[in-house]
Amino acid sequence: MGNQETIVDKIWNKHVVHAEKGKPDLLYIDLHLVHEVTSPQAFEGLHMNNRKVRRPDLTYATMDHNVPTKNRDVVKDEIANKQMETLRENCEKNGIALADMYHPDQGIVHVIGPQLGLTQPGKTIVCGDSHTSTHGAFGALAFGIGTSEVEHVLATQTLWQEQPKTLNVQVKGDLGAGVTAKDLILAIIAKFGVRFGTGYVIEYTGDAVRNLSMEERMTVCNMSIEAGARAGLISPDEKTVEFLRGKEYVPSGEAFDELAESWLALATDEGAVYDKTVTIHAEEIEPQVSWGTNPGMCVPVSGRTPVLNEVEYKEDVQRALEYMGLKENQPITSIEIDHVFIGSCTNSRLSDLKKAAAIVEGKQVKSSVRAIVVPGSFSVKLQAEKEGIDTIFKQAGFEWREAGCSMCLAMNDDIVPHSGRCASTSNRNFEGRQGNGARTHLVSPEMAAAAAIEGHFVDVRTIAGVPN
Amino acid sequence: MEAIQKHTGLVYPMNRTNVDTDQIIPKQFLKRIERTGFGQFLFYHWRFDEEGKKRPDFGLNKAEYNNASVLIAGENFGCGSSREHAPWALLDYGFRVVIAPSFADIFYNNALKNGIIPIQMEKEQVDLWMRQAEETEFTLEVDLKEQRIRDAKHNAVYFDIPAYHKEKLLNGWDEIALTLKLEDKIEAYEMR
Ligand code: SF4
Repeated sequence: MGNQETIVDKIWNKHVVHAEKGKPDLLYIDLHLVHEVTSPQAFEGLHMNNRKVRRPDLTYATMDHNVPTKNRDVVKDEIANKQMETLRENCEKNGIALADMYHPDQGIVHVIGPQLGLTQPGKTIVCGDSHTSTHGAFGALAFGIGTSEVEHVLATQTLWQEQPKTLNVQVKGDLGAGVTAKDLILAIIAKFGVRFGTGYVIEYTGDAVRNLSMEERMTVCNMSIEAGARAGLISPDEKTVEFLRGKEYVPSGEAFDELAESWLALATDEGAVYDKTVTIHAEEIEPQVSWGTNPGMCVPVSGRTPVLNEVEYKEDVQRALEYMGLKENQPITSIEIDHVFIGSCTNSRLSDLKKAAAIVEGKQVKSSVRAIVVPGSFSVKLQAEKEGIDTIFKQAGFEWREAGCSMCLAMNDDIVPHSGRCASTSNRNFEGRQGNGARTHLVSPEMAAAAAIEGHFVDVRTIAGVPN
Repeated sequence: MEAIQKHTGLVYPMNRTNVDTDQIIPKQFLKRIERTGFGQFLFYHWRFDEEGKKRPDFGLNKAEYNNASVLIAGENFGCGSSREHAPWALLDYGFRVVIAPSFADIFYNNALKNGIIPIQMEKEQVDLWMRQAEETEFTLEVDLKEQRIRDAKHNAVYFDIPAYHKEKLLNGWDEIALTLKLEDKIEAYEMR
């Protein structure tokens, strides 16, 4: 007894640069990802104080939040243009690698990190974006930071951090057919609430998690922040190693084998103690649909919107129902949608697109619905086109776009109109997230695809040929 | 960052839980490349209707809260996006203190880095102040050094804040300058 450590302990202990009683630890950062929206003020701060970027070689930038996904050459918004130009100048001036919107490596920052092999087990990874938790799928300690912290990392390659508590989310059993990683994480947040992870790093464990592919693990870790946790991770295993083999920023040959061995050794030791453990049974999880204005406001597709007299925070629920234009006790399958968005760092990787395509193949998007697919990266788009997935979507009546964040936060032209209702594979259903007055329902790619065809929510498991 | 030792101000009660940073400052206002000028966009869609007119029923638009500088809110304040534009907007609008039963981690950090005092306080106490601020003109005096909040009748309540954060706020320290004093340690780490 005594020496068993969690993966969080192991990564933490390796990265402490300076520790002092009564203070947070000074933690070294291995990879700093940068995008156009949260970095300009950080670079400006550096510049004003005559400081330079300490480790441009550990910094990697892309443009994703603002980029147009219809026609790259038409950035209608002058201010967005300025922001992208500013990033380009900052990267040039400081010698930082940049995948701009015409670069083959461009994409949503959390999609390209793993795809390029920049994301690796055991690394400390930060980005001025809360969904940095995505990279935890590889057994990295990855978390979102604010712009002041971006500036701090640029200048020092370190961050002051309190050692987080560890929370084991144990997923017993296995997910049923047609139930996805997205449903799993939505069900976890619905069950334990949007605050249960605050102050913790979540480690997802259990058979159901082990059985997930790397892309599915990314979907789960992505939404850790929606549970209040800054980071969520999964101990590396053979799947992790195989995913990274041959990636651009990963060494090859013997060096890879050595690295792989050290990665596997990071896994949480048998018997290690967590500060808290919660358990959920995978068999009990159904496809999920969010009905309200935070990701915890979510029910199984067979369920109904809440009954006001049965809930704890009645005012919040009432306000959410009002905003969403829904009544209490309304069956989820009766909700009609007019927009479908398949994309975002939660669900825009090749496997997501393939699973959605399998549902829409040979069918037509309901005439009242506008549906778009936005691949997570240029490379995902290219590969999908090679495999003819774009054709399946286009023939079904979907728009096929260039890579970017797009309708996930609607900072570019991809906006859900006021009172519009969207089945979205993204991660946030906050008021106005997809456009002022827009109503967002969070679902899996399969559920979004099925809703596009039917014009309302349907249990994807009732559709023939649902891939598991 | 501007140092802050003591602040006395009018309380604005926002009786909502899970106020996310998308509400504090909607994304269409994140395109500026400066840190200033975000106050006009604070709680934009709650304050203004589609035509950009003030919504008269929204609390912050009411005359009695015109000069509010202490915000009291429900649980999990500042959840969601990591955008530091949220504390920039609050500060620019005039808020120096936010009191809530709980905060989202990233927002809490971001607030501290910008000279806003985020105060975590038991829900019962928050609810009590919330009601008082809803009923009458209600001011609180926040003394960071003493870690004490007092109302006009001098009822005092004490709050917790990590010593390290407190010191930084009190002195308005530039954190990067502090870290750079440890540069030899960073170098040594890099040589390992
Ligand atoms: S896809 Fe959405 S959640 Fe992900 S980084 Fe972009 S805006 Fe953020």
